[in-house]
Amino acid sequence: MNRARIAPRVALVLVACLVAAGCGSPGGGATTEPAGAGFPIEVAGTVIPAAPQRIVSASASHTEILYALGVGEWIVATDQFSDFPPEAGATTKLDAFNLGVESVAAFTPDLVVLSYDPGDLCAGLAALGIPTLLFAPPLTLEDVYGQMRALGAATGLEAEAGALVAGIEGEVARLVAAVPPRETPLTYYYELDPTLYSLTSATFVGGLFGLLGMHNIADAADPAGTGFPQLSAEFVLAADPDFIFLADTRCCGQSASTLAERPGWASLAAVAEGRVVPLDDDVASRWGPRLVDLLAAVAGAIAAPGGG
Amino acid sequence: MTAPRPLRRLSPLAVGVALVLLLGALLAGLLVGAVGLSPGAVLAEVADRLPFVSVDSGLSEQEAAIVWDLRLPRVVLAALVGATLAAAGASYQGVFRNPLADPYLLGVAAGAGLGATIGIVTLGSASAVVPAAAFAGALAAVALTYALGGATGGGRAGTTLVLAGVAVAAFFTAAQTFVQQRHADTVREVYSWILGRLSTVGWSEVALLAPYAGVSLMVLLLHRRLLDVMAVGEEEAETLGVSASRVRLVVVAAATLGTAAAVAVSGLVGFVGIVVPHAVRLMVGSSYRVIVPLSVLGGAAFLVLADLGARTLAAPSEVPLGVITAFVGAPFFAVVLRSARRGWGP
Repeated sequence: MNRARIAPRVALVLVACLVAAGCGSPGGGATTEPAGAGFPIEVAGTVIPAAPQRIVSASASHTEILYALGVGEWIVATDQFSDFPPEAGATTKLDAFNLGVESVAAFTPDLVVLSYDPGDLCAGLAALGIPTLLFAPPLTLEDVYGQMRALGAATGLEAEAGALVAGIEGEVARLVAAVPPRETPLTYYYELDPTLYSLTSATFVGGLFGLLGMHNIADAADPAGTGFPQLSAEFVLAADPDFIFLADTRCCGQSASTLAERPGWASLAAVAEGRVVPLDDDVASRWGPRLVDLLAAVAGAIAAPGGG
Repeated sequence: MTAPRPLRRLSPLAVGVALVLLLGALLAGLLVGAVGLSPGAVLAEVADRLPFVSVDSGLSEQEAAIVWDLRLPRVVLAALVGATLAAAGASYQGVFRNPLADPYLLGVAAGAGLGATIGIVTLGSASAVVPAAAFAGALAAVALTYALGGATGGGRAGTTLVLAGVAVAAFFTAAQTFVQQRHADTVREVYSWILGRLSTVGWSEVALLAPYAGVSLMVLLLHRRLLDVMAVGEEEAETLGVSASRVRLVVVAAATLGTAAAVAVSGLVGFVGIVVPHAVRLMVGSSYRVIVPLSVLGGAAFLVLADLGARTLAAPSEVPLGVITAFVGAPFFAVVLRSARRGWGP
């Protein structure tokens, strides 16, 4: 379940691919054509000749968005990570890391949605005339909303996409407004894997914590601005964060008890006082409608009795 | 610069210099880290843990944990791994009479990689079984190499063994790549495991490695005179009454045991096993009676310092240890090579 963790690092590669291949890259501030259900429609440089009926989605986040738009039955194949909603898990699976032009084209799709290009996939599909959208990992909520609207435009579901975005915006605003005000911000450490890879406030997930008024200890450890620094254990112990969020519960079996067994970690206040919050790796690494679930899990944890 | 007189015996001066270097490295490793702590408090904290000593270091609970649970075991483990790999490398270079021999020559790395990958794929990277799987894989690879290449006798037996190691390593690497490919979602865990784990080690890893490292170092040190005899050639050694195949078997077994245990707890640390013995050889002479013990001390000091760099250069984030060992080790070795200019050989 490491895909979304790898994806942000290859963002630059994706951009390079776009320029070379001319794949559409809808993102924040989507460059969609003016509204209208009529096809053909151009979404970020990719012309979609008719309303898609056969979609290949090799991106778990966008599979979730398509189902949320109510067009899950249009999907003819997904990747191995697309397991939500449950019926998405039953679709034909492609290997997102080794996606070949031929294996995608074999499904005769009229729209391909990617969040990672393993090679010359974009260029190959463009050469075959198959409309392909490559969504880079988002950095902000606005990026996510832009991708949802772009996917709506590409499928002739602009109204549905608008409603989906409005619903998420409303939920986010409600959760953020419910956070009790604090004198000093709560600090947190967000763990991506047991070798202490973390993420900073500059990332999409870090931005969600920022909305809740929390301070990320990893921000001080990322002078290069990668967004995903590997922290030293010394640094985490010295920072002694108020909360620890684990996004490596499913991949790597981490929990409050495995943290307590790590050398020196039992001395951390968050470990000793029960403020280690396990997250669902998948929800925490995707940017679909379930980002509300992630935000709610975090908001619930910091609002709980004894929460800071 | 004229080459120093080759040493046939350990001079107290050389041992003294190496010991001072090692102690300095250990001290620096303990005092410097990602988090700035006062040296006096760090030393007081360590002294406080000694039997019959009670000192108030004034450190907070977390700072005390940094010193005792993070820094000290990491420094000790780096020293043990460095000593084991350098001694194994020196012994391999002697027993195979091959300057390019390193501790991974007979397939240890590929075997450990396959073992760790299978362990991570089936049980997850958090499992305590993974180091054991890596250890078993490493031993299995070398055993297979020996079974394939050890049958031939005569003057070329060592070469045959090295070539068998090449074949076994290629086979195990292919198997590891295949298993990894079938489970692409574990790539990150497999690589972060293989590339070194000193960043997350504690006393339990020290306890795992210490017995194997101890036995391995002891056997290799005891065989250092026989390595000198082997250096004149296998047939010549036989005429001197030394069984080349027996010496080779014992040295390979001991070096493999130590290397496999080191790899199992720390991942693949490159460069130490090949550079440290050569640096020692170029500086003090070509007798294994001198090279093996000084490589033990030098390897320990080198890896402790390299790990210090890994921890502090980009603090508070970490630099991979292998990057430091090669980035610092390669230029250092080039300088030694140019200034000594002694040919390789006995």
